[in-house]
Amino acid sequence: MTPSAPAKWGLRSLAFGYLGLLLLAPVGMIFYKTFENGLAAPWEAMTSPEAIHSIQLTLLMVAVAVPLNTIFGVGCALLLVRRRWWGNAWIDGIINLPFAVSPIVVGLSLFLLYGNDGWFGPTLTEWGIQVLFSWPGMVLASIFVSLPFVVREVVPVLHEIGTEQEQAASTLGANGWQTFWRVTLPAIRWGVAYGIVLTTARVLGEFGAVTIVSGRITGETETLPLFVARAFEQFNEEAAYAGAIVLALLALTTLLLMSVGSRRAKSSSAPIPAGTEVPVAASTTKEGS
Amino acid sequence: MGIAVEGARKRFGDFQALDDVSIDVPDGSLTALLGPSGSGKSTLLRAIAGLEELDSGTVVINGKDATRTPAQKREVGFVFQHYAAFKHMTVFGNVAFGLRIRKWDKAKIHDRVHELLNLVQLDGLAERYPDQLSGGQRQRMALARALAVEPQVLLLDEPFGALDAKVRKDLRTWLRRLHDEMHVTTIFVTHDQEEAMDVAEQLVVMNQGRVEQSGSADELYEHPANEFVMSFVGEVNRLGEHFVRPHDMEVVLDPDERTQEGMVQRIVTLGFEVRVELVLSDGTEVWAQLTRAELQRLELREGQIAYLRPIQAKSFNGSELTAAV
Repeated sequence: MTPSAPAKWGLRSLAFGYLGLLLLAPVGMIFYKTFENGLAAPWEAMTSPEAIHSIQLTLLMVAVAVPLNTIFGVGCALLLVRRRWWGNAWIDGIINLPFAVSPIVVGLSLFLLYGNDGWFGPTLTEWGIQVLFSWPGMVLASIFVSLPFVVREVVPVLHEIGTEQEQAASTLGANGWQTFWRVTLPAIRWGVAYGIVLTTARVLGEFGAVTIVSGRITGETETLPLFVARAFEQFNEEAAYAGAIVLALLALTTLLLMSVGSRRAKSSSAPIPAGTEVPVAASTTKEGS
Repeated sequence: MGIAVEGARKRFGDFQALDDVSIDVPDGSLTALLGPSGSGKSTLLRAIAGLEELDSGTVVINGKDATRTPAQKREVGFVFQHYAAFKHMTVFGNVAFGLRIRKWDKAKIHDRVHELLNLVQLDGLAERYPDQLSGGQRQRMALARALAVEPQVLLLDEPFGALDAKVRKDLRTWLRRLHDEMHVTTIFVTHDQEEAMDVAEQLVVMNQGRVEQSGSADELYEHPANEFVMSFVGEVNRLGEHFVRPHDMEVVLDPDERTQEGMVQRIVTLGFEVRVELVLSDGTEVWAQLTRAELQRLELREGQIAYLRPIQAKSFNGSELTAAV
């Protein structure tokens, strides 16, 4: 059934209106507020030592958590799709845990585990490793909350491409490693790229879990979202808006890098598997958490 | 030499895909594995390629026991029904894949790939991607890719199954000619008896995980070992205990002690050949293959009573084959 012209335009306006009101208006307001009085004020706010440190710390979170979750995610997806064994049902369920648990709860549980009365806390302190109120704890929290994205993106793509290309590679003499790099990875690259974008967005924006494990020490364990929150709480609106803009720009940069990277990996007109158009949607998640 | 499979068994859950299968494929021959779906023919082919592990039994390729050799080391060329093209690589990249794995140098790869693309008549399309090719072109690309590494044996799993009738026929002829030039031991799987008889020198008829009979097309057609082979290889009518080929069925207008009465239900003219469908008095539906001239001489019409006389019939009592009539 084809909808009539008025119905079609009605639906379109509804979709645009809804998105505009819920997404574009708030984001647009932040841009407007930040640059209302020119570039000088936001520039000054973001070049203070605390601001720069928070940006660096946030990038460190991304630099550690995203590669680890990508490697784990692709490996885990391969295990789930290509090997059939009883443990898969369990792994499949456990992977979703970070989606189900509130980040605050994640922070609390890490606190319990690595605190002075926790299971691992005393031993690690003995070895001289400080997890809580320090970057290792924050990295753990970031990994936890962003764990499922790559797996969830790659699993359906692996199902879709099937096993025949991999079997063809093996009959042509390729070993498992060669097959993975030359056949499987190029075939799932869009899923991986989208998973990386989502993971990065999640790590960049992570607030709840990191709040608890970091102890929010200004200039030491303060990530960019924590910086924004503190600036806001202290009525330093300029710094808060400027910080938010930087966060948004970082997420957009990831998106762009991934699109360019994946496109360069292959420049044909081949139909691109699910996940291509989705990076647009990813930008809507960046303010999440 | 060639390929020998001994006592192959393979079970998937409750389903016995291969049940004590042994076949012998002579060196340099072109053999068809023929059977209905679920007969185990594809499983057998995949077991020869090393893509499926047998529960028991052995696979010997050119005198070497390959039963425990992984697919990667068996040096077989495998062509899949749905091409299994590497979608992110050009036609050149696809064909060069095995050579790059074997670390050939660039110039040699270039020459070899173009030699093969010439052979499969795709030379102008080296820079295309698989999704810019037709089905027939994709399958020829897949064949070139499999042949590039000079495999000891070539295995094709329903290679023409996904193509339309015209392309199918062309590729059939073309595969036949290619084999005459290359002489690489080739096995191909098909459910189409006409295709098998057209292309292969030797046929292996499979059913329910077992080999029913193997031999040349003529042997199978003239001396089928059982009812299954007789009805799967060629057309057949069943008259009680007897099986009659439609072209061994004479239609006459006057009854005698050897004829059976039937009513002409439908007359279908297929060019030179005419298909006359009759219903016998006991309700059995049979058909006879006549020539145009015979039809004109008999002046048959639909709805008319005619008499059938089998010229040659077979019955299978146990394993014994007796010629009746």
